[in-house]
Amino acid sequence: MDTLGNADPQHHVPAKSTYFVIFFLLLIFTALTVSATLVDLGSWNAPIAMTIAIAKTVLVVLYFMHLRHSTRLTWVVVAAAVLWLAVLFALTIADFATRKWLVYGDVN
Amino acid sequence: MGQQYEASTLGMWVFLTTEILFFGGIFLAYTLYRNQYFEAFKEAAHHQDLWLGTINTAVLICSSLTMAMAVYFSQLGKRKALVTSLVLTLILGVVFVGIKGYEYYEHIHEGLFPGSLFHFQSPMADQIQLFFVFYFSMTGLHALHMIIGFGILIWLILRARKGDFSPEYYGPVEVTGLYWHFVDIVWIFLFPLLYLIH
Repeated sequence: MDTLGNADPQHHVPAKSTYFVIFFLLLIFTALTVSATLVDLGSWNAPIAMTIAIAKTVLVVLYFMHLRHSTRLTWVVVAAAVLWLAVLFALTIADFATRKWLVYGDVN
Repeated sequence: MGQQYEASTLGMWVFLTTEILFFGGIFLAYTLYRNQYFEAFKEAAHHQDLWLGTINTAVLICSSLTMAMAVYFSQLGKRKALVTSLVLTLILGVVFVGIKGYEYYEHIHEGLFPGSLFHFQSPMADQIQLFFVFYFSMTGLHALHMIIGFGILIWLILRARKGDFSPEYYGPVEVTGLYWHFVDIVWIFLFPLLYLIH
């Protein structure tokens, strides 16, 4: 710990077993997402696949990329990336999704 | 040393932020067109080899594990285990790109490569071609990142063999790990988007 209360990542060595647990979880999630595709769940297929992808990403970022034991400044950088990506998607999709709401030409 | 380590990992995270937005733009464009031409994209995705895609996903996850183990062994100062982990990571990466190359070969053979090589007969041929524009540019950019990773891994292996890394100095291994895991994450999203459409 330094004076700002940040854990010192240089000396944090995660347990070997942690990596293997994450590895098996990633494989299980992959099997899950493939089997979910083979079942027709209508409009639920895409959200399920994306939720699994996000869950896998969180595991990789927290454990393989050591974000869990990184400084607060690193957390800020990661949060900024997620925030700007969300802005990019939200504003653009809001545009495309609402275009048909407008009626052009003679409304009468 | 602690401060240098902090600066280098933070620098890599900042670079990865730019990478997230770089890939994010293409993912967004893909999302919009997939929404607009969903039937065509669904039909196009049926020409993907689901099993090769799944195997490749597993191969990349294995390479992420060996990369994480490389960082682990470098932190403990185990030189031999570090070199072995890095070599395994490189081999798994090459296997991934090899399988990808085989898939490209099949697609080109089927006439699915956009442009003058595109010979797919369907009422929705134009939209299907658009899917393959996304497919080849997204997986191509991903493969390019992998190939750049091979260069960095070879450099790391050479340095690790010389005994350059120790529990006090392993920043380059950690930073390469961050890059490698990021490339894995890109694939985690490419796989359901390009192979798993129903």
